Amino acid sequence: MDRALLAALNKERAARRAAVVVTELASGRQRLVREADVGADPLAELVEKVIRSGKSGISQTDAGEVFVNAHLPPARIVAIGAVHISQALAPMARIAGFDIEIIDPRTAFASKDRFPGVPLHAEWPEDVLKTRPFDPYTAVCVITHDPKIDDFPLISALNTGCFYIGALGSRKTHARRVERLVAAGISQSSIDRIEAPIGADIGAANPGEIAVAILSSVIAAFRKREMFAERRGETAAA
Amino acid sequence: MSETLTELDVLKTAERWAGEGRALALATVVETWGSAPRPTGSHLVIDAEGNFEGSVSGGCVEGAVVSEAIDVIEAGEPRMLEFGVADETAWRVGLSCGGRIRVYVEKVN
Repeated sequence: MDRALLAALNKERAARRAAVVVTELASGRQRLVREADVGADPLAELVEKVIRSGKSGISQTDAGEVFVNAHLPPARIVAIGAVHISQALAPMARIAGFDIEIIDPRTAFASKDRFPGVPLHAEWPEDVLKTRPFDPYTAVCVITHDPKIDDFPLISALNTGCFYIGALGSRKTHARRVERLVAAGISQSSIDRIEAPIGADIGAANPGEIAVAILSSVIAAFRKREMFAERRGETAAA
Repeated sequence: MSETLTELDVLKTAERWAGEGRALALATVVETWGSAPRPTGSHLVIDAEGNFEGSVSGGCVEGAVVSEAIDVIEAGEPRMLEFGVADETAWRVGLSCGGRIRVYVEKVN
């Protein structure tokens, strides 16, 4: 592997963008294909398939055996709201293998004592997202109940195409939320991507159980690769 | 990414070692059959002194990969290695899990 290729690959990984390394096994020739450039690659279809499935492997091509290695960003969860549910969600998410961070401008909630060792932003989502924007490999869970805090990141998540978007609140709360989103010019198909009430329907009744329900939904969205199907226009929600 | 995971990031380690002027090889699992311990795409980075980071198996074949990698660093040409129960006569090491893996070893230039 060329050092410049290695550095370029690590740059994509650090920026949380998908990239693949294509190696022609007979000659040892190698190239880096960035997610944005897949269409221009001679093996576009194969590379796209590997990115979509996340499964690296060897294929027979006109150039002989090639190994296509997918480097996908690790999935992360961003919780808007340093609430009781997030306190349960943070350790569970980590055990399940997700990075997690929490945003809540209310400093009484977003305190280190309540979230030991968890990346915490005691700022408005508007400000945090300026330097740490969402990406398609991010699951966004808005759980403050407060439209002043929740609505901005919710709209940002929809515009970004985050692989999972959930919003806490009763059906009544969500109906009002939908009215606000419609008024903000968000399309119905986008609004339909929001899981509300948030989390898998397991009858969760307390913060810990709701955290389990949320994590279940996030895992389902990630492992079933719904995000790629949507981005390719294979579902109605695209 | 959490701090621990960053420390264990094989490709970042490879870039750092290369930046220190160390001669390196990168080993990658390119194919697996049966119950292989590490998935396709897993990396192991090795320097000329035999220091390594990462894994291509659960520790079963790393020793053999490291010694092959040192040869690859010297020779410069990539090599394909195969490990598994079927190759016990060819290799003194194998995978106790009964799986088989192919590992591509290349120099980092």
